[in-house]
Amino acid sequence: MSSETASSMPASDVSGLNFKETELTLALPGDSRAETSSKNNSKRTFSETVDLNFGSSSRDQSETVPSGAGKPSNEKAQVVGWPPVRAFRKSALKSCMYVKVAVDGAPYLRKVDLEMYSSYEQLLSALEAMFTYFTIRNHGNERKLIDPINGTEIVPTYEDKDGDWMLVGDVPWKMFVASCKRIRLMRSSEATGLAPRTPSKCASTS
Amino acid sequence: MTYFPEEVVEHMFDFLSSHRDRNAVSLVCKSWYRLERWSRQRVFVGNCYAMSPERLIARFPRIKALTLKGKPHFADFNLVPHDWGGFVHPWIEAMAKSCPVLEELRLKRMVVSDESLELLSRSFPNFKSLVLVSCEGFTTDGLAAVAANCRVLRELDLQEIEVEDRRGQWLGCFPDSCTTLVSLNFSCLKGEVNLGALERLVARCPNLKSLRLNRTVPLETLYKILLRAPQLVDLGTGSYVHEPNSEHYVKLTNAVLNCKSVRSLSGFLDVAPRCLPAIYPICLNLTSLNLSYAPGIQGSELIKLIRHCRNLHRLWILDCIGDKGLGVVASTCKELQELRVFPFDPYGGGNAAVTEEGLVAISMGCPKLHSLLYFCHQMTNSALITVANNCPNFTRFRLCILDPKKPDPATFQPLDEGFGAIVRSCKGLRRLSLSGLLTDQVFLYIGMYAERLEMLSIAFAGDSDKGMLYVLNGCKNLRKLEIRDSPFGNVALLTDVGKYETMRSLWMSSCDVTLGGCKTLAKKMPRLNVEIINEKEENYSDGQKVEKMYVYRTLDGPRRDAPDFVWTL
Repeated sequence: MSSETASSMPASDVSGLNFKETELTLALPGDSRAETSSKNNSKRTFSETVDLNFGSSSRDQSETVPSGAGKPSNEKAQVVGWPPVRAFRKSALKSCMYVKVAVDGAPYLRKVDLEMYSSYEQLLSALEAMFTYFTIRNHGNERKLIDPINGTEIVPTYEDKDGDWMLVGDVPWKMFVASCKRIRLMRSSEATGLAPRTPSKCASTS
Repeated sequence: MTYFPEEVVEHMFDFLSSHRDRNAVSLVCKSWYRLERWSRQRVFVGNCYAMSPERLIARFPRIKALTLKGKPHFADFNLVPHDWGGFVHPWIEAMAKSCPVLEELRLKRMVVSDESLELLSRSFPNFKSLVLVSCEGFTTDGLAAVAANCRVLRELDLQEIEVEDRRGQWLGCFPDSCTTLVSLNFSCLKGEVNLGALERLVARCPNLKSLRLNRTVPLETLYKILLRAPQLVDLGTGSYVHEPNSEHYVKLTNAVLNCKSVRSLSGFLDVAPRCLPAIYPICLNLTSLNLSYAPGIQGSELIKLIRHCRNLHRLWILDCIGDKGLGVVASTCKELQELRVFPFDPYGGGNAAVTEEGLVAISMGCPKLHSLLYFCHQMTNSALITVANNCPNFTRFRLCILDPKKPDPATFQPLDEGFGAIVRSCKGLRRLSLSGLLTDQVFLYIGMYAERLEMLSIAFAGDSDKGMLYVLNGCKNLRKLEIRDSPFGNVALLTDVGKYETMRSLWMSSCDVTLGGCKTLAKKMPRLNVEIINEKEENYSDGQKVEKMYVYRTLDGPRRDAPDFVWTL
């Protein structure tokens, strides 16, 4: 089984939804659990002892049961052929990551396939290419979209699964891909008041 | 017995449509065997390696409709290597040579080449229907040949197939004289189709009842199609994306009003949920709704849509609907007979999705439910017992808990009692898939109660050989048994080897069966093909566990097209 699990790892990477990466822990961001445990240290690190594993308490419970399945939970996702979903269905649903992009003031919308990109930088470049009248300017480390006509900054925002409008870039890329329903490029003057929740904007959904 | 002239008996046989009745009739006497053999037009072959095509044609020389299945069921989940086999070409060659009256071909999990489709399109002048499910190996070139050459084609149905798109012009190959189409499904194709050719084809086929489009067909084309084919009964939309206040959307809304015969709706591969109200007017007529490829419909839009569909018999949906949404289904769809809930994200962690709560609600609201496929995050024994009591009519019950070996979260007990209740209560159960933490006890129940069970799927379950033996000893009607990652070994495999001749197939992967055990089985039962799939090691000793074993009965001996990694013992 073990070699089989290893061979399946690329497949699960492709699915792109590694929620483990986004869990709240006391470890440094990006320091994934799998790496930590494979270091074979006899001592547990602090992040292993205090694991703020919100939202999946039921899974934790199942692990405390002597069921013979003593594997860490993130290995379960890599069992070949489980869950028994047809390969066709898996790939069909995976390619459904198209979201609409609206621009303040522009008369039409565009669509982007988030699966095509692997970082915020790539998405930003694509948006620039799509709405050619914007330019990217580098402000120190940050790259920003600018409307050259009046020099105002354009802020990419998105509606997440819960219908809340968020600033693009506030969660890891993969989590963004999984939760983004649509994108709106707002003028910074309007976006300054953008809190995690803006009820007026999400009134149409959920 | 009263004597009837043969013509009369033969005429009476024409009224026997079920394969089972036909098989029974052919066993009565030599004369009936002969009459039945000459009059049988539809044949089902559940395993293409169970016999040679020549043998089939020799017995049934007048076949008009043939159904063939190839790879084992677990191939759906990537457990069977890609080039395992299951080629249809020898069948088409043999039929082309001796059976030119063939009209229908249905294939599942088979390898179909462009060459095969080309030969098919030229060999059967009266060919009417091609249905391919989970097949592979062909491109749109093959489809173009079928479109161009099958002059009286009624049905072209492609389901869940990755088709390589060479030119995108295949749809334009239907000649202008083609007016016979009744059913056209290309929803699984990725490439663009010629929209003008599609509109013209639809316009000249007055009997078109079923049309399922792919993602590249936009809403602008959809409304034109609906204007020309208001007689459609089964509609699969492609892309359903537009602005709700646009002109096209208004036109679509008006076109939908005329489609009073639509009973089955699917598609919405891309969707703008705010455009959904356009289809509300036909929702009350719907008996079948498949939104399992429509992840864009979620939350309140999904609920609103469901509330309009009060007459559904069949609902396929993604688990984004949540337990709350299933509660709405339960209170809305009182006629529901079949429900499938698929995972939106099979690998996802704690995302809401569905649990035992949704299933209990469905069982209380939908008493006619008899077929279930349910992917969920957790299940409890008490929920399963409730479901078993509420819905004793299940013939198919497939439950998949995404986390294998997960116990009842309320009691931390195995789910033996819950599944036990299902098999005890549902006397007509024919298909069962198990998951969650399960001990040998559940197999004791299955062997004891599931008298009519025909197909059983087992994964990560059981403690010992006893488990599998309970099933083999008990389930008298078992035809297909598939087991993965379960501790069943040689004792279980070899205790009742005669059983496998009454079954179509047995699959065991990552179990405790050894090469020596498989060899013993092969030696004792010469009419079984015992195949080992070994992708890793060259030298295997008899004591070593086999990774994958596939056993099936056959009249044809070991197959000759097996790749190197398949050993027939």
